[in-house]
Amino acid sequence: MLPVPLGHYLTVSAILLVLGIFGIFLNRKNVIVILMSVELMLLAVNLNLVAFSAALNDLAGQILAMFVLTVAAAEAAIGLAIVVVYFRNRGSIEVEDVTMMKG
Amino acid sequence: MIASLAFYLFSGILLASAAMVVSSRNPVHAVLFLILAFFNAAALFLLAGAEFLAMTLVIVYVGAVAVLFLFVVMMLDVNFVQLREGFQRYLPVGATIGVVLLGELVMVLGGWRIAPGSDGLRFAPMDAALDNTRQIGQILYTDYILLFQASGLILLVAMIGAIVLTLRDRKTSRHQNVATQIARTPADTLVLVDVVRGAGVPVDHYLRPKVTEAKPVAPADSHGGHH
Repeated sequence: MLPVPLGHYLTVSAILLVLGIFGIFLNRKNVIVILMSVELMLLAVNLNLVAFSAALNDLAGQILAMFVLTVAAAEAAIGLAIVVVYFRNRGSIEVEDVTMMKG
Repeated sequence: MIASLAFYLFSGILLASAAMVVSSRNPVHAVLFLILAFFNAAALFLLAGAEFLAMTLVIVYVGAVAVLFLFVVMMLDVNFVQLREGFQRYLPVGATIGVVLLGELVMVLGGWRIAPGSDGLRFAPMDAALDNTRQIGQILYTDYILLFQASGLILLVAMIGAIVLTLRDRKTSRHQNVATQIARTPADTLVLVDVVRGAGVPVDHYLRPKVTEAKPVAPADSHGGHH
């Protein structure tokens, strides 16, 4: 079913996940890029699910990947709405300013 | 052979564009590289035989999510140069954590194998005679109907949440005032007059609607908006 061994798919998705985590640390100030990094990590999860689904001939993985896709879309919409509201109030999207309400 | 070459090509472009997403200076370029990454991931899905999911990925991610990102990046007038400060400072810790995590994942990838009896544990074994989309449809609306409905509910909540978060009242906007509309009676606006039969209607005696003084626009806080 898979054109290459399953391990190659898993390697690609592991590298993609690490790139996403790396992006979160690298762009700690820019919340938009952080949201994009989260999308990359969810994409890595989806890649894993689809690869295992194809390797095991089990469709449940693809169904689960579809639900992950749904939740990722909802998360992006809510996150970007929060970014817009935050920018309206503060005039910047620096994440480090978010903690200003902390006592 | 060609399929495996295509896999390496698409995964190489996917990883390269993902690296560009996290390291690009211009956020608009980052979003465009994100779109490229999604397209290549969809190609990898296709190679794995998940045709329906590949098309869904293109439609949902490229058509909706990436365009949403693009809107927000272009709409907000953010000083991105200032946001790049500390890029060098966070590089070592990010690289350390990334390398450690990658090492752990490599150790996992080197040591796992599929359990011997896993064939009997499958939830929804594939049927080679049917195509991918038909099989997904057959189980999505039967076995997974509750999850399907729940994901619809999640999308509804996300939609309402995004609207509630970003909606703001403008002082100059004219809202519909339901109470005024319902309290309006025929006597306020309608006049019945007797017309003398055979006398005709003089030109300047046409019935005009009652002139009501225009009420000033209601103050913005009278319709229960959020503040």
